[in-house]
Amino acid sequence: MNNRAFLKRISIGLILAAAAIAALVYGIGPAEIAQYREDLVYLGQQHLYLVGVSMTLALVVGLPSGVLLSRPWARRYAEHGMQVFNIGNTLPPMAVLALAMVVVGIGDKPAIVALFLASLLPIVRNTYAGLSGLSPTLIEAANAIGMTPRQRLWRVELPNALPVILSGVRIALAINVGTAPLAFLIGASSYGELIFPGIYLNNHTALLLGAVGTAAIALVLDVLVASLGKFMSPRGVA
Amino acid sequence: MIELKNLTKQFIQKNGQSFNAVNDVNLVVPEGEICVLLGPSGCGKTTTMKMINRLIEPSSGQVLINGEDTAGIDTVTLRRNIGYVIQQIGLFPNMTIEDNIMVVPRMLGWDRKRCRERARELMSMVALDPDRFLHRYPKEMSGGQQQRIGVIRALAADAPVLLMDEPFGAVDPINREQIQNEFQLMQRQLGKTVMLVSHDIDEAIKLGDRIAVFRQGRIVQCAGADEILAKPADEFVASFVGHDRTLKRLLLVQAGDVADAQETQTATLDTPLSHAFGVMDDNDARYLAVVDREGKPLGYVQRKDAKGAEGTCADKLKPFSATSKPDENLRVVLSRLYEHNLTWMPVLDADGRYNGEVSQDYIASFLNSGKTHGRQRMALK
Ligand SMILES: Nc1ncnc2c1ncn2[C@@H]1O[C@H](COP(=O)(O)OP(=O)(O)OP(=O)(O)O)[C@@H](O)[C@H]1O
Ligand SMILES: [Mg+2]
Repeated sequence: MNNRAFLKRISIGLILAAAAIAALVYGIGPAEIAQYREDLVYLGQQHLYLVGVSMTLALVVGLPSGVLLSRPWARRYAEHGMQVFNIGNTLPPMAVLALAMVVVGIGDKPAIVALFLASLLPIVRNTYAGLSGLSPTLIEAANAIGMTPRQRLWRVELPNALPVILSGVRIALAINVGTAPLAFLIGASSYGELIFPGIYLNNHTALLLGAVGTAAIALVLDVLVASLGKFMSPRGVA
Repeated sequence: MIELKNLTKQFIQKNGQSFNAVNDVNLVVPEGEICVLLGPSGCGKTTTMKMINRLIEPSSGQVLINGEDTAGIDTVTLRRNIGYVIQQIGLFPNMTIEDNIMVVPRMLGWDRKRCRERARELMSMVALDPDRFLHRYPKEMSGGQQQRIGVIRALAADAPVLLMDEPFGAVDPINREQIQNEFQLMQRQLGKTVMLVSHDIDEAIKLGDRIAVFRQGRIVQCAGADEILAKPADEFVASFVGHDRTLKRLLLVQAGDVADAQETQTATLDTPLSHAFGVMDDNDARYLAVVDREGKPLGYVQRKDAKGAEGTCADKLKPFSATSKPDENLRVVLSRLYEHNLTWMPVLDADGRYNGEVSQDYIASFLNSGKTHGRQRMALK
């Protein structure tokens, strides 16, 4: 994808989002939204906080794990290793939340643990797949010119696996942002605090605002990560 | 110098049986020479090469480089001192062409400016415009262009030993010829020790000081091109080098070599025909070239025209319809002789002066003699 096509895609996404928000404001009425303004800002910050901390942790743990699993000596254990990371995903997010609450208590901490686990697998799996899917010729060429394993990893393997790794990060991010509202159930603040009461009390305004807020965060973060990836990937890799 | 001693590589096949991809190979490539590994697909050429820089560990046997056993050198140091052109090209897609060429020099700690200059110099060597290509990515180049980059990447750090696995395979015939020439020129200046894999007998003849013919992991014959062509060790070698191998020997001799070995006999326009006849008679020749004062050919006179005739060579002058250059090989010359239906042709030097002649008779007797005439550097050994 060249730069122009990429910009076009991003701008289409943003225009659609803006249109949706405008429709919403029009439908609900500015006066009523003003009532929720404080909530929207505070809960948005909380939502971002949960996502930010848990994603950072997932990246810090996930990227190196994916790299380690893809090393030649670890390939044999890689599938078993992957099972460990699977835990976060084979269990439904609700169950993970409940378990986290039992172990860590209520509040932000168990929510972060649960979101971290949910995001971990896509990151590890794509990092591993991106690195082990590189053509053997490439690896051989790096070896043949006398690169050390470390040089090979940084200069050849990671840059060429970057698109696959990034798509893993984007998947993880989408899962993370989408799961964060559930954290309301174990006492952490997020847009869930608008959504769930909205459902129970049949308050459509709160429900809609919570949902749209979540979607907006997801969209903006995805665009950010995609642009960052675009910026980091060399032109030769696509 | 590269020495292979009883080198063997055993692979285990899918069915559990083992087989030797390389079987007890002994080979010496003296310093500054090009040795071509020639053989059909799957005969173990690549495996042999990879054992030299230890991309593949030998099952048994030794590899010595300048007398030092490579088993004792750590692989990173070893490989940085061996330029390797891999068969599948293997450029790094994430790097520009310039970065691809500069990887090894950069790893060796050359400064940026020197690397840049080196990259430009090498690009011109393989007939690629540096301004156009240096900032492209590999996928923005054709296969043949990429292959040329693969070759110069191996040359970049000036390693004394080069391993080249079918380096010119994806290049079109015209560019291939040119790159081979450039490579030869460079080799004459730098005198690298080169092991080169090829499928192409013509390339082997052109570049190889020595050709090792492989069959199923063994070397069946290792000799100079002329010996391989004149005396193939067995039926396999004979069929691999081609049944026109006798004609291929013509590739080994250049018109200049033939002309240099002759005593140059010429006449000028005002030479009396009787004198010209005397010269031809003494040399048992049927014709004599006529040149101007600077030695440039004007034509020739025939013996039968000069016999008993009055006047000067100008009266009986016949023009040349074709000439040859000193760096043309005899196959090209012979082809041109037939094309113009001639029995002989003058050889002109770089300044266009008459230097000697090549005749069909000479070519026939050269091929008949079976003597290994070859190029001069071959004679030195
Ligand atoms: N890693 C491996 N495991 C098992 N068999 C192998 C391996 N590598 C090569 N071989 C086998 O060893 C033999 C020699 O292979 P090699 O690559 O050296 O051939 P080659 O002479 O370079 O052929 P080509 O001209 O097609 O490149 C082949 O039969 C090949 O199938
Ligand atoms: Mg091969």
